[in-house]
Amino acid sequence: MIPLSHFLILGALLFSISIAGIFLNRKNIIILLMCIELMLLAVNINFIAFSHYLGDMAGQVFVFFILTVAAAEAAIGLAILVVVFRNRRTINVQELDQMKG
Amino acid sequence: MSMESIYLAIPLAALIGSVIAGLFGSKIGRKGAHTVTLLGVGTACILSFVVLKHIAFDGNTYNASVYTWMMVEGVKFEIGFLIDNLTAMMMVVVTFVSFMVHVYTIAYMSDDEHNWPKSSRAGDNSYQRFFSYISLFTFSMLMLVMSNNFMQLFFGWEAVGLVSYLLIGFWSTRETAIFANMKAFLVNRVGDFGFLLGIGAIFAYTGSLDYKEVFAKLPEISELSISIIPGQEWSLITVAAILLFIGAMGKSAQVPLHVWLPDSMEGPTPISALIHAATMVTAGIFMVSRMSPIFELSDVALNFILVIGSITAFFMGLIGIVQNDIKRVVAYSTLSQLGYMTVALGASAYSAGVFHLMTHAFFKALLFLAAGSVIIAMHHEQDIRKMGGLKKYMPITYWTSLIGSLALIGFPFFSGFFSKDMIIEAVHESELSAAGFAYIMVLLGVFVTAFYSFRMFFLVFHGEERMDDHTKSHLHESPLTVTIPLIALAIPAVIAGYLVYPMVVGDFFNGVIYTSEAHPVIEELSEAYHGIFSFVLHGLMAPPFWLAMSGLGSAWYIYMKKPSIAQWGYDKFRWLHTLLDKKYFADDFNQTLFAGGALALGKGLWRAGDRFLIDNLVVNGSAKVVGWFSGIIRHIQTGYLYHYAFSMIIGVLLIISWLIFGVKHV
Amino acid sequence: MTFEQFIFYIFATVTIVSAIAVVTVRNPVYAALFLILTFFTSAATWILLEAEFLGIVLVLVYVGAVMVLFLFVIMMLDINIDPLREGFIRYLPMGILVAIVVAAEIVIVLGSDTFNMAIPDPVPLSDSNTKALGEVLYTEYVYPFELAAVILVVAIIAAISLTMRKRQDATKHQNISEQIRVNSADRLRVLKMKAEEKQ
Repeated sequence: MIPLSHFLILGALLFSISIAGIFLNRKNIIILLMCIELMLLAVNINFIAFSHYLGDMAGQVFVFFILTVAAAEAAIGLAILVVVFRNRRTINVQELDQMKG
Repeated sequence: MSMESIYLAIPLAALIGSVIAGLFGSKIGRKGAHTVTLLGVGTACILSFVVLKHIAFDGNTYNASVYTWMMVEGVKFEIGFLIDNLTAMMMVVVTFVSFMVHVYTIAYMSDDEHNWPKSSRAGDNSYQRFFSYISLFTFSMLMLVMSNNFMQLFFGWEAVGLVSYLLIGFWSTRETAIFANMKAFLVNRVGDFGFLLGIGAIFAYTGSLDYKEVFAKLPEISELSISIIPGQEWSLITVAAILLFIGAMGKSAQVPLHVWLPDSMEGPTPISALIHAATMVTAGIFMVSRMSPIFELSDVALNFILVIGSITAFFMGLIGIVQNDIKRVVAYSTLSQLGYMTVALGASAYSAGVFHLMTHAFFKALLFLAAGSVIIAMHHEQDIRKMGGLKKYMPITYWTSLIGSLALIGFPFFSGFFSKDMIIEAVHESELSAAGFAYIMVLLGVFVTAFYSFRMFFLVFHGEERMDDHTKSHLHESPLTVTIPLIALAIPAVIAGYLVYPMVVGDFFNGVIYTSEAHPVIEELSEAYHGIFSFVLHGLMAPPFWLAMSGLGSAWYIYMKKPSIAQWGYDKFRWLHTLLDKKYFADDFNQTLFAGGALALGKGLWRAGDRFLIDNLVVNGSAKVVGWFSGIIRHIQTGYLYHYAFSMIIGVLLIISWLIFGVKHV
Repeated sequence: MTFEQFIFYIFATVTIVSAIAVVTVRNPVYAALFLILTFFTSAATWILLEAEFLGIVLVLVYVGAVMVLFLFVIMMLDINIDPLREGFIRYLPMGILVAIVVAAEIVIVLGSDTFNMAIPDPVPLSDSNTKALGEVLYTEYVYPFELAAVILVVAIIAAISLTMRKRQDATKHQNISEQIRVNSADRLRVLKMKAEEKQ
């Protein structure tokens, strides 16, 4: 049997990879959005693992909703990206600093 | 009618008259206003005589509370009346002189509309306003003298100060009038400050404001001492007495708080007569007499009073010699006579001081009203250098002025003789350390008084006629409403002196004014008194009489016979003339030091405190600090998305670290 | 090792490798494709955990819709690839450090006693994951279910309102505020002209 901790470590690694990805990625907003999807995936793996091992359906229901919300968020994020690109003609994060204080 | 309702009716009659004339003056017109106020004050006058008979001749005293205003921690603040001989006498004096002044004003203010500029509306209904004010004054003064506790005394004190302010600045469109009324009020305020401190001291140590209770507690606290400056212990009674006297100095215009009285001549003459001769300025004298139990316990305070009074008596008289405005001469004369009254108080001869207060009220009011009569006749010309020889044009005014002047200088058989000589004798008998100095001052003052009085008298009524022809053609005696009060005041100016027996050396003020065994001045005077004629004879041989006669004689000689002497004196002693003309530079001193100092302090505080500290440092400063701070914080907002995400991750990291390593796991 | 473990390790390895690839490859299209691979393998992991319905949903919804959307956007935007790679090496140490720290912390948590307890045999859920999910979703969690629907509607509206470009002059319409703001000076100009002389 695969112990629970294996799945949790898998989720953890995915999570830290996505964090690194956010930090390292300076040039491409799209990669940033993809890293966010990765993060959500890592969390989902955790939920499913716990749900399986504790025999509680709540985890899976939660994953269901996370999927919904993630889809909505990806859609809106991309819409914003498109509008930004129309105005600034770039997706280079380093050039998007209008909110500078 | 019960006596209580009579006591209430006296001040209220005056008040009602004042309120009706004041609030409805425009509706009831001039006749209505003067009728209602005359009725009010006349009623008060008649009732005061009734009260005098009841109190003085039937020997009653009334001391009761009329209305309790509030009670705070067991201390009562109430309106109450204390009617004894002293109060009854003051009530008669106040209401009688006030009534005379009311009658006089009818003629004096009849053409008042000429005194206001056409453009302003301030002069509307000025006649009614004036009558309302003088009735209000009568009410305030009555409340002051009838009071049986310090709070009501202070109320009356402030109220007369307020009405004095209103009346001095009556012709409010004149700049000089406004300067004068502000000066009067502010100088009075300085005196009132001391007065209030004195009342506070008394209240703190006796726990009551009622006269009877305070006087009963005095023996207990007479040995106490308080230290205001740490390390210096002063007797409580001395401190309280001196503070109370400072209030009297302000109200009764003693040096150095005398500066307001000459300027108060800016007001119409009737109020100079009423307020600044007969009644308000005597409030201080009345107060000290009323507080005689307190003052008797402190020799230091009595010495202080003697010194101040005698300085005022002599030096103010000197200024009167060089004045050319008829009202100013009489004003300085008032200052000098107030000094005499104060000296009497200092010598513990309270009854003599109060007696002189009464006689002075009559002859000084008479002199002011006579001066006003001359001013009316001369078409509001007040410079005596432009008068002269008025005797044949205004006989009644002439003779009443003569009576008044003779009374003032202390000519035998006139009232002033008795009261003044009593004071001088009292000072002579007193054994206080300042009494010697005071005696010299009051003696010299007699000469000076005679000199300036008759200088004015001769220059106005005798000698060559120096007015222009236009004015001369209009000269005539004043109407009856002016001359009748003059005559009515001249009568007591002559005969009031004969009351010296019961009032000063008799037992009129027994039980009311208290003198201690340490100052047996009045007792010694009573023993030496053997009747009117012997007093007069004794007086004829005493220094004051000769000094007065020499003063009269010199005035006659210099101003009637040889005016060149006056000119010679002016040229030779120009410095003395300047000193006197500038009133010993007291006004300049006050202006530079106090007024200028207050302005400079205000400017300095404005610059340093307001502009620099508050505006620059606090208001602008806090804005600058916020700006500087935000300039530093601003660098955190880089605008880069990855920086923001990174900071979020770092935050999460920190929280997790704290949760793992910081929080103790169960 | 059992077959199950073997499968698990293969899928886990592929997941992690493709996740790293998502972050590191140059071409954003390749990154998207690697992300799709990650999703596929984790769907397989979920099926291993007896959550078949969710695994299929992951592929259908996430890969089928969301990733397709990603690819659409990537290809729609005219991206200049070359300048995109500078600076990557400079920040690599920091990034790796952060990642390692996060991973280490999570592993510490996971390695503690709480998680190493003897795990009983996994309780078999009902025969069909779909059925089990449906039983719970429409009864206990119906309220969040409806809310999720609302969220989707909001997302649709938001996405459309953000990106829709109106065609210029496509429709005629009134601008009421401008109409109200008109004043007479805009419409009328009064001229004073001298009257012509009579001929």
